[in-house]
Amino acid sequence: MGRKLLLEHVNVPGIETYEVYRKNGGYRSVEKALKTMSPQNVVEEVQASGLRGRGGAGFPTGMKWSFLAKPEGVPRYLLCNADESEPGTFKDRYLMEKLPHLLVEGMIVSSYALGANQSYIYIRGEYMFVLEIVEKAIAEAYANGWLGKNIMGSGYDLDLAICPGGGAYICGEETALIESLEGKRGNPRIKPPFPAVKGLWGCPTVVNNVESIAAVVPIVNDGGAEYAKIGIGKSTGTKLISASGNLVKPGVYEIDLGLSVEEFIYSDEWCGGIANGKKIKACVPGGSSVPILPANLICKTAEGTDRLMTYESLAEGGFASGSMLGSGGFIVFDEDQCIVRNTWNFARFYAHESCGQCSPCREGTGWMEKVLRRLEYGQGNLRDIDLLEEINKKIEGNTICPLGDAAAWPVAAAIRHFREEFEWHVTNPDEAQKRNFGIASNHMPLV
Amino acid sequence: MVKVIVDDIEVEVEPGTTILNAARKIGGEVVPPAMCYYSKLEGSGGKCRTCLVEVAAGSAADPRPMPKLVASCSTPVQDGMVIKNKTSERVREGRAAVTEFLLINHPLDCPICDQAGECHLQDLGFEHGKAGTRYEEKRRTYDPIDIGDKIKLHMNRCILCYRCVYTANQITDNRVHGVMHRGDHAEISTYIEKAIDNDFSGNVIDVCPVGALTDKTFRFKSRVWFLKPMNASCECTKCAGKAVVWMFGDEIARVTGRKDQYGEIEDVDGKTGWICNECRFDKKDKSKWNIEGPRVINRHSVISQGHYLTNDPKRDAKKLTGK
Repeated sequence: MGRKLLLEHVNVPGIETYEVYRKNGGYRSVEKALKTMSPQNVVEEVQASGLRGRGGAGFPTGMKWSFLAKPEGVPRYLLCNADESEPGTFKDRYLMEKLPHLLVEGMIVSSYALGANQSYIYIRGEYMFVLEIVEKAIAEAYANGWLGKNIMGSGYDLDLAICPGGGAYICGEETALIESLEGKRGNPRIKPPFPAVKGLWGCPTVVNNVESIAAVVPIVNDGGAEYAKIGIGKSTGTKLISASGNLVKPGVYEIDLGLSVEEFIYSDEWCGGIANGKKIKACVPGGSSVPILPANLICKTAEGTDRLMTYESLAEGGFASGSMLGSGGFIVFDEDQCIVRNTWNFARFYAHESCGQCSPCREGTGWMEKVLRRLEYGQGNLRDIDLLEEINKKIEGNTICPLGDAAAWPVAAAIRHFREEFEWHVTNPDEAQKRNFGIASNHMPLV
Repeated sequence: MVKVIVDDIEVEVEPGTTILNAARKIGGEVVPPAMCYYSKLEGSGGKCRTCLVEVAAGSAADPRPMPKLVASCSTPVQDGMVIKNKTSERVREGRAAVTEFLLINHPLDCPICDQAGECHLQDLGFEHGKAGTRYEEKRRTYDPIDIGDKIKLHMNRCILCYRCVYTANQITDNRVHGVMHRGDHAEISTYIEKAIDNDFSGNVIDVCPVGALTDKTFRFKSRVWFLKPMNASCECTKCAGKAVVWMFGDEIARVTGRKDQYGEIEDVDGKTGWICNECRFDKKDKSKWNIEGPRVINRHSVISQGHYLTNDPKRDAKKLTGK
């Protein structure tokens, strides 16, 4: 197995309790940061580490922190985005379930770096059992003096609270998350102003993914330069990948960025190849919102070079022949899977989760879902495929938040790479209906 | 003051002005349509996406173009910004796309809709829409709900601009309606059926760009283009009492606020001239109003037609009021 920075002690029995976590080197980074470093030092270390946001967009965390406005007399907030709802992504849940103290530790150091005295963890509504685990960890941290007034005698105060969402995908968008945390309807805000200037309660706010915040702990412990040594180019450090689909060993893996995709899928050390000796058909490398890759573009780029698990390599070739690392929801499809059905399933998700605020996304996602449902159930016609492409173009880039893009990209990519399969569904409706999808009887509709 | 160029026309505006308001300062053809933005309502805008424009140069300091089309109602101008509205192919395409999206689930029941003739969606569809539809699915419908004896909510026509929500928040004492659910089944509702009853609640009718909220006291009485709009005023303790009465012969068919060319309520004595429910729904007697003279509706809608007006306002006033 490769190097582990985040999941190093994940298999230690009782690691979710404070005593065991502390015995295994927990809260070292808080001691180091609060006693020997200024907040600016911590920000500089994170900048030096080249850590990029692990929630999907891949924006450099250090740069995001440096954008935070610091007006006098106005509180600043750090929010942890634990509203992990992307289909195919479950790394944050694993991290919080197994290592709740790592998140709490990361929150303390990050809040210290940003000068926030009140921080929140916004957790997905469906993760109520995880909420209890993290809540317990927070209580333990309070009891042992890691949270509250005058932490470790450093004069720094921090309160940490956890807040559950109502179970809406859109609340993972940072401004919708802020609205929801304020107790309003979770609609994304219109930007500018960005949260770094005007966020929670109108104050400067930083929103970071669970994994990004957890990664701050090893960065502070070992130094940003040490962290930056892992990985290739601008993709530094380790990344949690939630591997799912037709794999021999699906699960959460911590990889060094720069691992080749081929090794990740086929090596026994990682996913161990495709289950039941089947062949790979397609792969969604970064959660449901990123473009799907056909078999010939998964391990090699269009130019024939090896594809690596990095932000750059997966995006190579743009949307024509590439995809994105996204949040690391690595979904693999074997030869039996139906791309049309899968695309419809994704489209159905986005139609259900669109907040309904701006018209292209509200009407467009619903329209796409209906057209795809028709195609899947053998009632489509060939011009529907072109229509889908058209709708995609009309949604993409015209919406308030990236949900519209996220809904459009997978459909566009599926049509780009698997057009023949869509056409086959139109021309052979009866056969398309009879296919077994490797999941259940074809008489079991997804609805 | 900062200088911006909209469709090759230069204009000077205050810093912080939005692109839409800069274009409105020029006026005429270069003004993007706005279905959800309402300058008198704080926080409105950004939702309908009909006002999308192309920014060909971000500012004098950083003349890079913006990659995406931006919502002109919520993007502030920078000095030296170059904006393309009518002159941009991308904008025309984007706007046609948004128009199509707004219309796919719209019932298109204009022949029986009270808003017809003064409907912004009609104008938008006329300008940017296509003759046919590619939408083969069943249109979305909602169960009708009763929101009181004065206001009719026709949710099937709604485009979810949120204007009525902001109005209820900012003009009235308390808001009892809002947006329920999400996605394409989001709807304006009172949740547990409850009348929207407030001294200023009638203003939601004025701000509604489509026929989703209409006046029950005027329902199916007449088409707006058969009516003669007149500026009128009255003594009112609750509001400024400056309104427009829409006359059918000698009778007042309905009362609305005074709207400008963008469909927004005009300012009266420095404040937005919202009118109260009493003026709007109850004063249908001509004797209660002091009729000032005819009102010219300066929009490219059918209302401006057939007013039997001449070019001489004094003569018109005499003709219409008999004074």
